[in-house]
Amino acid sequence: MPKLPLPKLRLPERSDFEEMKQQIVESQVWRSIFRHGYEDTPRNRVLAVLDNVWLHLHPTKLPVHGTKLRFTWCMGGLTFLMFLVTTVTGVFLMFYYRPTAEYAYNDIKYLEFDVPFGMIMRNMHRWAAHAMVITVWLHMLRVFLTGSYKPPREFNWAVGVMLLTITLLLSFTGYLLPWDQLSIWAVTVGTNMARATPVLGHEGPFAPPSIITPSSDVRFMLLGGTIVGPSALLRFYVLHCIFFPLLAGGLMMLHFWRVRKDGGISGPL
Amino acid sequence: MADEKDMQREPPKEPQPDGASKPASGSKEGGESPKKGAEAATPKPTPPAGTVSKPSTTATTAKPTAPATPKPTPAGKTVAKKKTRLDYRVHTWPHLVRSEFLVAIGALIVLTIWSILVDAPLEDPANPNRTPNPSKAPWYFLGLQEMLVYFDPWIAGVVLPGLIIMGLMIIPYVDINPKGNGYYTFKERKFAITVFLFGFLVLWVSLIIVGTFLRGPGWNFFAPWDKWDPHKVAALTNVNLSYKVGIRDDFIASIFGGAVVIGYYLLGVIYYLIMRNRSEVLQKLGVVRYSIVAFLFLTMMALPIKMILRWTLNIKYIWVTPWFNI
Repeated sequence: MPKLPLPKLRLPERSDFEEMKQQIVESQVWRSIFRHGYEDTPRNRVLAVLDNVWLHLHPTKLPVHGTKLRFTWCMGGLTFLMFLVTTVTGVFLMFYYRPTAEYAYNDIKYLEFDVPFGMIMRNMHRWAAHAMVITVWLHMLRVFLTGSYKPPREFNWAVGVMLLTITLLLSFTGYLLPWDQLSIWAVTVGTNMARATPVLGHEGPFAPPSIITPSSDVRFMLLGGTIVGPSALLRFYVLHCIFFPLLAGGLMMLHFWRVRKDGGISGPL
Repeated sequence: MADEKDMQREPPKEPQPDGASKPASGSKEGGESPKKGAEAATPKPTPPAGTVSKPSTTATTAKPTAPATPKPTPAGKTVAKKKTRLDYRVHTWPHLVRSEFLVAIGALIVLTIWSILVDAPLEDPANPNRTPNPSKAPWYFLGLQEMLVYFDPWIAGVVLPGLIIMGLMIIPYVDINPKGNGYYTFKERKFAITVFLFGFLVLWVSLIIVGTFLRGPGWNFFAPWDKWDPHKVAALTNVNLSYKVGIRDDFIASIFGGAVVIGYYLLGVIYYLIMRNRSEVLQKLGVVRYSIVAFLFLTMMALPIKMILRWTLNIKYIWVTPWFNI
């Protein structure tokens, strides 16, 4: 090699660097975290998936068509991604938000105007939630069109329908939390349906009038009152931040696990 | 790449040889679990996609029609085929992970830019004493709110949503067509796809669009270019079906309405009685599955029927009783 005049930057000698790298890579700490090297070998390709807590949801190998966007539309994955985005931004919003009629609206204003990055966190939370509703519908459409609910995947389809319902309920309970005119009346319209429940709602057919009254029917149970008031806000907050996310998380684990157990990505094989 | 595409188009229909990488514990018998019975026999090479396309059937699958006559092949040939089979699968890392990563980055970029450009709505503080007109539910429920125009709340807001969820979950258990499992096809499952797309696109998505963009004060119809006039008066000329046909007595009217509704569902029974000896599909379906399908299908179709009756004949209710109206 002819000597080049340019390099005046004093990078460590290649051999030193290599040696340093080797010392790190071979240290007990490093090897306790990373179990395999990065050479592109078939073995490492398999280990990259097996040894990673996220990637091990996948099989190590899969049919070619399963990697194609035109087959999967990537909608299930995007739904999960949107769930993660709403979780992260939602935790951020929880730091500043108090679910009482007194404070809720002002806390949103505070988030929008005073909290650094508050506005974009709220925007991302809301738009990701709307996007999740759309992607979960498209995911269902794709799974239907490819007939992927057919045996042996019947039960996983049912789990998916439950997840779709929970997605809508998550979005609906979150809709109330800004405590503005838009949210309170949208939730009023939505929960007014509950009073028409047959037998259990006070305006529904076959409801025994002496037992099912405006202050003892399912709508009252849902709202903790006869109107969408402070107790409804608190209930929706708890449902939105604790109950439904846990339920969705549990069902998602089941859903992903079943995808593998039912034979992985569906296909014409 | 070209290689992969070709292979994708013409998948070998032979049972899956590698049970090892995927535990087949959950895979039940059925057209689509090819992992078992691999050793038994090799079904004969499939004709190009688009023709019959028989899912490889295991011995346990009850299939009354001509089975996929397994043609015993010399062992050498089987081994050769297995080789192509293995070529056929690719490593998740990098082939799948790469796409997922790029899609995720793309989605996050779009979401971030969208969130910078468009602010989430925030109106005046909640005020229980000031009802906006119109009051709209969140957009994804506007299809249900739009149904309130045609049905009472106990149907549109409670019964139909419940049936939608139950009906969706039941689909895999009543759709016994083994074809079209794991690939796009319309030809092989025309009824299933037509009904689903009709329900999803026409009854769900388009009603959401109507509810979101075309409904204004008083839930009256407004074209996008119309000004929302809160004083718009829509003449309420709707009458009940019994009135339309000339019945004035309440009791007779409710008998009549009940007969119409029950008669509508009896259509399903009549169809079954006529077709059960002629339709192989119906026989395979069995009476229980058929009843569920017919009930859900007729209930779904009741919505467009009621909508058309409202638009053409101004029908308010089909069946009026002291307890409920339909």
